[in-house]
Amino acid sequence: MNIEQLDLYTQIILSLAGLIMLTSFIMLGQGRLLRLVFVFALQGLLLVLATALAAYSFSNHHLYISAAITLVLKVLFIPWMLRGHILKLNMHRDVEALNNKTTIMLGGASLVIFSYYVLHPILADSTIVLLNALALSLAVVLLGMLLMISHRQAIAHVVGFMSIENGLFFAAIVSTRGMPMVVELGVAFDVLVAAVLFGIFFLHISNSIDTLDVDRLNRLSEEDE
Amino acid sequence: MIPAYLLLLLPFVGIIYFAMLGHKEDIGRQNVWFNGIALLLSLSLALNVFNSGALISTDQYFIVDSFNVYLIVLTAFVGLTTAIFSAPYMDHEKQLGKLTDTRLKLYYSMYQGFMFAMYLVLTTNNMGIMWVAMEAATLATVLLVSLYRTPESVEAAWKYFILCGVGIAQALFGTILLYYAATQINDAENALMWSVLLDHAGKLNPDILEIAFVFMLVGYGTKIGLVPLHNWLPDAHSEGPTPMSAVLSGLLLNDALYAVVRNKMLVDGATGSDIAGYLMMGFGLLSFLVAAFFLHRQKDIKRLFSYSSIEHMGMMTFAFGIGTPFATFAALLHMTVHSLTKSAIFVTVGHAAQIAGTQRIEKIRGLIRTQPKVGWGLLIGTLAIAGFPPFGVFTSEFLVLLATMRSYPWLTPLLLLGIGIACAGLFRNIQPMVYGECPQGQQAVKANLWPVIIHLALVLWLGLAIPDSLANWFTQATLLISGSAPL
Repeated sequence: MNIEQLDLYTQIILSLAGLIMLTSFIMLGQGRLLRLVFVFALQGLLLVLATALAAYSFSNHHLYISAAITLVLKVLFIPWMLRGHILKLNMHRDVEALNNKTTIMLGGASLVIFSYYVLHPILADSTIVLLNALALSLAVVLLGMLLMISHRQAIAHVVGFMSIENGLFFAAIVSTRGMPMVVELGVAFDVLVAAVLFGIFFLHISNSIDTLDVDRLNRLSEEDE
Repeated sequence: MIPAYLLLLLPFVGIIYFAMLGHKEDIGRQNVWFNGIALLLSLSLALNVFNSGALISTDQYFIVDSFNVYLIVLTAFVGLTTAIFSAPYMDHEKQLGKLTDTRLKLYYSMYQGFMFAMYLVLTTNNMGIMWVAMEAATLATVLLVSLYRTPESVEAAWKYFILCGVGIAQALFGTILLYYAATQINDAENALMWSVLLDHAGKLNPDILEIAFVFMLVGYGTKIGLVPLHNWLPDAHSEGPTPMSAVLSGLLLNDALYAVVRNKMLVDGATGSDIAGYLMMGFGLLSFLVAAFFLHRQKDIKRLFSYSSIEHMGMMTFAFGIGTPFATFAALLHMTVHSLTKSAIFVTVGHAAQIAGTQRIEKIRGLIRTQPKVGWGLLIGTLAIAGFPPFGVFTSEFLVLLATMRSYPWLTPLLLLGIGIACAGLFRNIQPMVYGECPQGQQAVKANLWPVIIHLALVLWLGLAIPDSLANWFTQATLLISGSAPL
């Protein structure tokens, strides 16, 4: 099937899926925390667009509420909170030295291929939009994990954590036109509480080790001292 | 259904009550009252189910059947006894200056929050809500793990938060796939209802469900503490306050396993193969063996017992994975006795650490001379958890071994080996702590050992004879899970 033959909705959703994954890759290679947070907010915005589009196309009105919640939570509140922490802890000038950027990027690319491979049995009997969007959202989830592994700053870990949530949310939107409302509200509530808790933890971590570099959180281990 | 609603409402009120008002001297006792009433409610719920079978609320959002009602009673019971333990324990910690009034309020408020999340996981019929509640349980406990605000406890809480959060995100992906499979066959509104899904399990797309189950097992498996996703568990257990270790080991791990088993029932129905069972057996056996070896390397008494929890959860996962009625029965019994024994042990471990003023195994000595009750409690608890007859853990482990011998005889030696290694690992550490030379000036602490006595007496009773009504109950649950009755 050629892409021109698809309806407009499918084409836009596919582009958005690609863009969301692109933002994941940009985050992966980003050493400056403020830019990282900005790209994360951008990813949230793309997600809001996808949700609103799905709400419009399927006239599924509860998705407008989901879109509004996402807008407030992931585009405004969480980036604003993270930005505040970065400025307060005076970390906006730090550039995190990412060693092996090439390896990380290649790793990210293989995760995308891996996602297609994992979901292949599902995709055999489903539409083209699902084929790509579901695999790409799994890729966003896995790229979020890779982001957490490759960065050392606690703030970057939170961005990774939240972008995993973005990937899951996108999967729910495209595969099933949104989960039932109670579930979405519950998930949004969990994300909100998690965001507040992360704020509290930045304070504790910087109090206890004077930095947010989680490589220094290494007191607990199985090794004999 | 009314007791179920009240059971959910009560801890919810508790969260607000302790957060707003509970700034009093007897805050610990109030917590006991809350949990005591919850236990009564859970018992009346159990009676309802016993008399009239499974209950589903009219809007289908809640389900109580023989499988989850026994876990609800167990949750309420362990919640109550741990609350009884934590009142004097937390007072002692406050006297030592480790805690302030505000943090004590936070502790009791979040204790109720944790109980709320646990009841919600168990009673909900909606797989999405189950995920939300499981994540909420993490969020409620994460601040408790860092309650002492030491660098170690902050580190442990951070690891717990990140690892469990990321892990359980996989379970949400699995749930989304499940929902996708369900929307293909029926209407979207009820598509996540477990009871609806089970009725139509045969029509769900098996390929999708297989992939979904892998994600669910990895996600909820992080919570169960399955190797290699277990790293958070020893840290969180060792650095958090001891009553928290008791409820985490006794309740949270069980409920995560409960979520996996519910999903397994769907997957089995859809695929008609044992693929889900094989995955669980593999993960379970690996956790069991790895944890048994790690028991030998521990220097911290709470880490020691958290590895023992991983070991036992591994065995339960393995037994549920075998999936025969006999193995399922054994796993249900093991869940019960492990919860009871492990929470009793953590109570005594908490007192032992307070007596010695440290959690390091080599510094804890001569408990039986300083405070015989604590010493004996620890010794008997360890005997029970290591699987010595006549305690209930022996019975359930024996049943698991028998079930393995029937279905997969070549795996039995591995299980026996693991049990032996774990037993040795526990006793080489426990023996000097209980009998060793008593350090100068070691003093007894104020302790309420009734929870320990009651728990261990119950475990002993279950080892000597399982009452008919309880056996019937387990049989009903087995019938529900595996489709036919044991024996």
